[in-house]
Amino acid sequence: MSTNVPDTDTETHADTDAQPAPQQRRLAKKRERREHSPQSETSGDTDQETVELKVFRYDPEVEGKREPRFDDFHVPFTKGMTVLDALIYARDTFDSSLTFRHSCRQAICGSDALFINGAQRLGCQTQLSDLEWPVRIEPLPHQEVVKDLVVDMEHFYEQMDAVDPFFKDEDVPDGLEEQRQDRENREKIKMSTRCIWCGACMSSCNIAAGGNYLGPAAINKAYRFVMDEREDGDVTQERLETIEAEEGVWRCQTQFSCTEVCPKDIPLTEHIQELKREAVKNNLKFW
Amino acid sequence: MSQSYDRGHIESFGRWTEFSAGMWAWVLHKFTGWVLIGYLFTHIAVLSTAIQGETMYNGTLQGLESLLIVRFMEVGLLAVAVFHILNGLRLLFVDLGLGLDAQDKSFYASLVVTGAIAIGSIPTFLGGF
Repeated sequence: MSTNVPDTDTETHADTDAQPAPQQRRLAKKRERREHSPQSETSGDTDQETVELKVFRYDPEVEGKREPRFDDFHVPFTKGMTVLDALIYARDTFDSSLTFRHSCRQAICGSDALFINGAQRLGCQTQLSDLEWPVRIEPLPHQEVVKDLVVDMEHFYEQMDAVDPFFKDEDVPDGLEEQRQDRENREKIKMSTRCIWCGACMSSCNIAAGGNYLGPAAINKAYRFVMDEREDGDVTQERLETIEAEEGVWRCQTQFSCTEVCPKDIPLTEHIQELKREAVKNNLKFW
Repeated sequence: MSQSYDRGHIESFGRWTEFSAGMWAWVLHKFTGWVLIGYLFTHIAVLSTAIQGETMYNGTLQGLESLLIVRFMEVGLLAVAVFHILNGLRLLFVDLGLGLDAQDKSFYASLVVTGAIAIGSIPTFLGGF
């Protein structure tokens, strides 16, 4: 260190006369940092915990990865580290081909639902300290794997689209600029609006596996609009017909798997059950 | 997506050990339901021996009751029926949307009650053998 510092100093002094130095200087600084950082890391490493990740690997385009396998990564553990942090570390440090979806890193985008230690969880929401080590990370079950931890979400999105997940009633009541919703109604649909389309529930549901069942997320979406007072009778009727069809709410066997895994704590089974009762009420006629 | 890979057995690897309460309740409800249907048929077969007269019927029943395995199966049958009834009640409440937060506890409760009743029935079924 002591020899390094004056060295760079003289270099930059010489450079300022000869050529435009900023880029050069920045590169030198970068080089210096690179030389120093591994040293400081290794000195810290001796007393630092490392967490072992067992990560599912598969890539149909690479000869050696056509057969799925598990790779081990040893990642230095820091306090507050999430599964996603560890995966990012592993990718940036050990294997740049390690592939997984992630975006916001705060449980809003719904990209990083993974099968972690035998349960569907969001990588960014799951603390490593809450898990048993080694941590086993797989792509979501019941969906086809495209590469490593990336699954094909096409079927999930199709099911979501099947319930028309958007507000349909454009009519504004007389004399109003906007559609009003009272507090009770807002409270009623509050939890159902929290869905982030991560697909964890669909993956945990063994009825949805392989079949054409709408799935908890899509039914929850339907619940959000059926229960919304601002949509009027005809639209609600249309929605009820979708959810009480063959692949709708009646496929649910109340196993509560979706409710257990939902990262946003949406009471999915409760919503499905309520829609079942709505469907029955809709068809009951006493005259 | 034609190149994507279906994991087959890997995706179900070790899954049954991680089943939650609701999942176990479902599995056991299906299982006990099938056992009860199976019992219904043997029950009809045994009772229909009465068509061939009193002695045939009495002989069949006494013969069956003299087998230790039948006595044990009767305890099992009671346990299966009790669990199916209790979990059926639980499912009724789930369908009505009552106590969904306690669905796991009610499952464990039905297991405990089933166990207690099955153990309590042992003197009745195995006594006097």
